[in-house]
Amino acid sequence: MPLTDVDRITTRRIGNADSWTLRSYLDNGGYAGLRKALQIGREAVHEEVNKANLLGRGGAGFEAGRKWGMLRQADPTYLVINGDESEPATFKDHMLIEGDPHQIIEGTLITAFAIGAAQAFIYIRGEFALGFERMQQALNEAYEHGAVGHDIFGSGWSIDVVIHPGAGAYICGEETALLESLEGKRGFPRIKPPYYPAAIGLYGAPTVVNNVETMSNIPWIVVNGGDAFAALGAGRSTGTRIFALSGHVNQPGNYELEMVKPTFRDIIFDPRCGNGIRNGNEVKIIIPGGASSPWFGPQHLDVPLGQDEVGKADGVMPGGGGSMLGSGSIVVMDETTCPVRAAWRLVRFFERESCGQCTPCREGTGWLSKILYRIETGSGRREDLDLLYDISDNIIPGMPWPYPMTTICFLGPSAAVPTVSAMQMFRDEFLVHVKDGGCPYE
Amino acid sequence: MSDTATPPDAVTITVDGKQIEAHKGEMVIAAAERAGIYIPRFCYHPRMRPVGMCRMCLVQIKGPRGFQLQPACYVPVADGQEVVTTSPEVKKVQDGILEFLLVNHPLDCPVCDKGGECPLQDQTFAYGPGETRFVEEKRHWEKPIALSDVVLIDRERCIQCDRCTRFADEVAGDPLIEFMSRGAKTEVNTFPDQPFASYFSGNTVQICPVGALLAKPYRFRARPWDLEQVESTCTQCAVGCRVAVQSSNDDLTRYLGIDSDAVNHGWLCDKGRFSYEAVNSDDRLGRPLVKRGGELVQTTWADALDAAGEAISAAVSSAGSGSVAVIGGARLANEDQYAWAKLAKCVIGTDNVDAQLGDGLPAEVVLGLPRATIDDCDTASAIVLLGPDVKEELPVLYLRLRRAALEKKVPLVEVASGRTGMTRYATTVVPCLPSDQAGALRKALAGGLRDQLGGNPVVVLGRPSLAEPADGVVAAAALLADIPGVRFLSALRRGNVHGALDMGLAPGILPGRVALDAGRDWFTAFWGSAPESGGLDTRGILEAAADGRIGTLVLLGADPVSDFPDRDLAQRGLDGARFVIAVDAFLTASSRQADLVLPAAMFAERPGTTTNLEGRVSRLGQKVTAPEVAWPDWMIAAELAARLGGDLGFLSLDGIWDEIVRVAPAYAGINRTTLGTRGHRDGIVVPVPEGTVLDTEMPPATDVTVGQERDAGEGEIDPVETPGIASVESHGVPVQAHDPAAAETAGPAAESDAEAAAGRPRPALIEWDRAASGTTAAKPDAYALRLVVGRKLYDNGVNVQMSPSLAPLAKQPVLRVHPSDLDRLGVKSGGVVRLRSPQLTTTITAEADPTLPRGTAALPFNVPGIEVAAMIDASKPANEIAIETP
Repeated sequence: MPLTDVDRITTRRIGNADSWTLRSYLDNGGYAGLRKALQIGREAVHEEVNKANLLGRGGAGFEAGRKWGMLRQADPTYLVINGDESEPATFKDHMLIEGDPHQIIEGTLITAFAIGAAQAFIYIRGEFALGFERMQQALNEAYEHGAVGHDIFGSGWSIDVVIHPGAGAYICGEETALLESLEGKRGFPRIKPPYYPAAIGLYGAPTVVNNVETMSNIPWIVVNGGDAFAALGAGRSTGTRIFALSGHVNQPGNYELEMVKPTFRDIIFDPRCGNGIRNGNEVKIIIPGGASSPWFGPQHLDVPLGQDEVGKADGVMPGGGGSMLGSGSIVVMDETTCPVRAAWRLVRFFERESCGQCTPCREGTGWLSKILYRIETGSGRREDLDLLYDISDNIIPGMPWPYPMTTICFLGPSAAVPTVSAMQMFRDEFLVHVKDGGCPYE
Repeated sequence: MSDTATPPDAVTITVDGKQIEAHKGEMVIAAAERAGIYIPRFCYHPRMRPVGMCRMCLVQIKGPRGFQLQPACYVPVADGQEVVTTSPEVKKVQDGILEFLLVNHPLDCPVCDKGGECPLQDQTFAYGPGETRFVEEKRHWEKPIALSDVVLIDRERCIQCDRCTRFADEVAGDPLIEFMSRGAKTEVNTFPDQPFASYFSGNTVQICPVGALLAKPYRFRARPWDLEQVESTCTQCAVGCRVAVQSSNDDLTRYLGIDSDAVNHGWLCDKGRFSYEAVNSDDRLGRPLVKRGGELVQTTWADALDAAGEAISAAVSSAGSGSVAVIGGARLANEDQYAWAKLAKCVIGTDNVDAQLGDGLPAEVVLGLPRATIDDCDTASAIVLLGPDVKEELPVLYLRLRRAALEKKVPLVEVASGRTGMTRYATTVVPCLPSDQAGALRKALAGGLRDQLGGNPVVVLGRPSLAEPADGVVAAAALLADIPGVRFLSALRRGNVHGALDMGLAPGILPGRVALDAGRDWFTAFWGSAPESGGLDTRGILEAAADGRIGTLVLLGADPVSDFPDRDLAQRGLDGARFVIAVDAFLTASSRQADLVLPAAMFAERPGTTTNLEGRVSRLGQKVTAPEVAWPDWMIAAELAARLGGDLGFLSLDGIWDEIVRVAPAYAGINRTTLGTRGHRDGIVVPVPEGTVLDTEMPPATDVTVGQERDAGEGEIDPVETPGIASVESHGVPVQAHDPAAAETAGPAAESDAEAAAGRPRPALIEWDRAASGTTAAKPDAYALRLVVGRKLYDNGVNVQMSPSLAPLAKQPVLRVHPSDLDRLGVKSGGVVRLRSPQLTTTITAEADPTLPRGTAALPFNVPGIEVAAMIDASKPANEIAIETP
């Protein structure tokens, strides 16, 4: 059984009594990483994170240490933590925010120290009411503890951290829309170039934007060393990751597993994880890395849970390429699932969350959603399949993975991807919908 | 798109295999367009920040990973860049974007104002799919809803290009419209209970690339293909915005801003944009009127001119030529003004002529200081605002100054008693007591302001308050005039007041910016005579009339009863003059009291030229005919001269212009062929510096009108940038028909002929002797409030009141006072106070304004609900009021 028994890193305190309080955090080694960081200095911290080869846990999987190194030298620079987790079936950050807010704050402080940020902001999804409360409570405690604010732990280094709740828009999880939102503006993603906030970010200043789970790894890496982290996993995918497993598995939940070692089959069927499909059913669809990732099928069950392993798998997109591990959320659907309805449900989410800024997304997501709904409800036409392909092609020309796009950000393409995936894998079922004038699963 | 100078930092890029020169920093879309390669677009507008939202301009640009789709509006040019705009990939995307845009677009083109001049229509035709594949229900909204009193929005048609919202925020500084909701439900709307009350709201209608934004006055009034147009210059204020005047069936239907790089950048204010309603008004005067038995009754031109001639002759023969006076003339074209100046100063022989109504500055100050252009403000070391609230009086100048401050980072120094529309952009505010601009400025200059002003400051100089004489601001101007390198931009507001001053419609001034004494011999050589001594200004004329010393008073498009800052004196003046002749387009508070009313043609009803606040001479276009038998003002002057036994010596507008160029020194060299050339279509600033080479290439006749005019060379009108101008047919009357024979006599040779004919060198242009100025601020009465009176854009003026869309925008004013002066009364801000002046008592809402000096009270002039002019005594150095609890 390749499901390894390594110690958990980011979720190791989850489940402790009052795990979100400073008392509980300190009792379990809290703020040791920050103290050590202040001692060894910012270059040494950066070096440990580089050695760890920690990939960003927000979805794109960019090396955290490299991102820090890209920060344009200027005064001021900012650190922004993205806690706007809002995608369907992604719920790992939610757990970290509610269960171990101090770990996020500690990681934030270490990172801010390492990059020399003037101020740090933690942006929390507006709907996380309890998470926001616990985060703010933890920050208040951290201030009292001397871990945040003026002259932290007597080191002479000072920084303020601000927690900011979002206002209910998925798009604000896109890092440049998040920055706009943080600046008090409408959450429109910024047009690229500049490609990275490390050049022009918050208030025009160079900014590092990191994910909550990424931050949760930092204290452990500083305490235990980057090499210890890099010893876990394989290839580019080091350490552990939280996989948010949901769908038709018997035991959905967040599972922190060593990267690359387990496969989709392991996480779905191991009794310590998914424990198999309900009623002993078969796997039909796997969404490997969040709602915007190209779908996998049963043929991908033995793909290891690693960044490149998933990225370079033999996937379903017509233009070629695999899929992505993305945010680490895995959705499993069994043979009772209508692929048309599943695609429509995902596309409808992106339609509703489209910010409306650029044309292909604003109009294309709605159009895709309307056609899928028509097919699902029995008003589909044979030519609708070609139409769906063509609309998708006008959003992600050529439909390869990874894709070029006619949009400003990845939201529009995220609607085209499940549409195309579903048609690629289940063209016959689409045709049945059209021919029978309705959904055979109804 | 009108930046034509080749910068030193040129780069070369390849577009569709063609090598083109581009300017470093500009976007691919602009560089390609200049080279004749048009990339379709909706959200891009050259006068605004790119946003890359519509995705219509996606082209392939070669990068490290090969050719990538990139928005051409958002990618700056780089040396060696390769761009492909016509590949199958690009065509596919363009087709796809247009199909997306049409998914939720209602396609109600047959009932849409924009139909026929719609960038969405045009580009769908050029780049889009022939048919839609969308079979579902489209998005629905209530059709159209009001964003403001003049602008409506049909949200179903909106393609969310962000042009209007960007304009409101970025250009106008009125961020009152915004995107609401998201996705396909995204709408442009106002905040609740906050209408889009911007002076510039009409521009959003003009730049809307679909028919989403609609102008209430134009809605359902015309179809673009029925419109004709001519290019002209707006004369609602002195900025001189270039405008396309459009008509249908001899009725004005619309004005659209033309992008003049030097002046308005394509923008217009709403007053200018919608003032054509006044020209169309049913209340226009079409026939001469004469007073019989206390009533004005219609008469013929022959009888009216006889009556006028007799009245003037009688006045001259009984009390000398000085008993004839002319007030007004700022509404007129330069040629009209010259004709009237010649009539008054040569034929009649009076120098009692004033185009300003006691609300401006002495002519020698405006004409005699080194002048700046609007563009100079962009490169000035500092801009000093020493005058009125530019936003209220010269709105498009406000846009340019705001841009100079925000985009060009020019420091802005405001000398003012209380906040204006510019205050929020000022880097330094020098607060002053009313009429003590000089005192405050002297202190500030000594206290370090001098260093902030740098080596080439521009002073925007005008009249800050109508409740006090110009002396205070003139003394302040004298201080600033000592700074080496300083230039002045006049902030006088009346339409063609600068033309009027240039043409001699001011006491002590002769045409061409010449002082009476310096130019008397020169003009005598041409005219046969010129006034012996300097005459009276408007206040002096009215005082003389009130004393019975004026036999015949001519109101040349002037309404002193409403418009002169001393209602009592204006009325006594009209009452005291034995015979009043009004040359006007409407019956106003003044002209309805006249003994004789002569109907005049208005803007767009006569060609000619006008001169803006920079001294920029540009052409006026005629598009419609004047009502009934209303005449151009110059013709009235010429006929009157004949009745008086004189002869103005010209029979046509061209004849007048040729004479101006010949005899008016500041206008030498500006012959009308030059004004008509492509290189000078945005006008020529006079005087033309010695050695300047003017473009004398004669353009083809069709070139005179808009549309055709700008498509040759670099300045093609982009139908997306300015929908409506390029697509409307230009059938306008050329401004000045070309007559080769006349052109020859008006050339440079003719100018030296002029010196030979006069037998003397051309007289020197006037310079202001500022040693003569000097004033002490009047001491305020401790118990009274010093009155500060400025103007509002929308007021009781005839052009606003005769435009049904604009009239309701003139609002009841509030009295602004310093909070401590309200506290003293125990009245809260927003409460009602009793206002007492020596002349009248009334009640008014008072508002606390901490930016005003203590002991001052600010009120707008000539607005509904309060007779501010009646509270002003023009003979006093300051006017005061008191406030009490009601």
